[in-house]
Amino acid sequence: MKLNTLFTAAVLSLTASVALAESEIHVMDTTVFETAPTAMAGGGFMQIMNHGDTDDKLIDVRADYPRVEIHTTEFEDGVAKMIHIEGIPVPAGGMATLEPGGFHVMFMGLQGTPFVLDEIIPATLVFEHAGEVEVMFKVVARGEHGNMNHGEMNH
Amino acid sequence: MKAAIIGSTTLAVAAGLGFYTWTVSQNANGVPCGDTSVASAAIGGPFELVSETGEMVTDIDVITKPTLVYFGYTFCPDVCPLDSARNAAAAYILEDQGHDIGTVFVTIDPARDTPQIVGDFADNFHDEMIGLTGTAEQVDAASKAYRTYYRKQEGDPEYYLVDHSTQTYLMFPETGFATFFKRDHTAEQIAETTACFIDQLS
Repeated sequence: MKLNTLFTAAVLSLTASVALAESEIHVMDTTVFETAPTAMAGGGFMQIMNHGDTDDKLIDVRADYPRVEIHTTEFEDGVAKMIHIEGIPVPAGGMATLEPGGFHVMFMGLQGTPFVLDEIIPATLVFEHAGEVEVMFKVVARGEHGNMNHGEMNH
Repeated sequence: MKAAIIGSTTLAVAAGLGFYTWTVSQNANGVPCGDTSVASAAIGGPFELVSETGEMVTDIDVITKPTLVYFGYTFCPDVCPLDSARNAAAAYILEDQGHDIGTVFVTIDPARDTPQIVGDFADNFHDEMIGLTGTAEQVDAASKAYRTYYRKQEGDPEYYLVDHSTQTYLMFPETGFATFFKRDHTAEQIAETTACFIDQLS
């Protein structure tokens, strides 16, 4: 009986920890824009949805480049500042959008390996709770995506 | 420290804007050209920079027709390509309307942006976009002439970032500065205002 109770407690505790860690992350529209042949850096964009009931956070992105960081762009009096940030919150039941002019993944050290149209860039997103999520960034032409996020569609 | 940096940015930009006299320009028919407030003070003027083929060029060589001039750097993967693509889109709209328009991208990061790199970057947006670099002194002089602000962030010697202003300037060969566009202006708005100034000034 005592054993049984312990076992039940263990199962309950296991279930709780699974529930706590539950963070159903879905990633969409993983894109990077094609770059010039000699480009040194490129930006990655996507939408991250959290269908779970636990807040999560994108804390790292890994890819086969010398340096990959999560950045945001802030504007002050017409001056753009790119800022290296520790993570992007993805609230439970909500989403995070990485789009031009805001949050983005910065791939650095592209020298000699530019983003070529239609190529696929494999990467690993690391979330605080959901852990690692493998994604493929598709290289697209800038017009397909960039203009859409620049207000041209608003009028 | 961060507050101090932000403070100095504001000060620098405010100092730059202090040169402006705010008026609203009108075209030949008395119609204002767009909604942009226009500075009548001297913006632009002579510069010496290095072209994508490595040759020394001046403002006379570069601004041979109505030209959209932007200052940025190629290591910037987000804002600079976005703004450059928009300026290129404005140029394409104006070309479709029969206007002859130039686009220029001046790097404020000459240490990394060689003539070839800045040239490739510019060509990625528009075949005719001119990419310019130079010595640190040349770039600084051009930036000051256009009242733009830039500041290299501390950090990695290879992967550093640079804060920079994001205005696009409309320049004419004879008369110089006409107006500037902020980054929330669309390609269509830039094309419309530019066409208005071309009608007025050409």
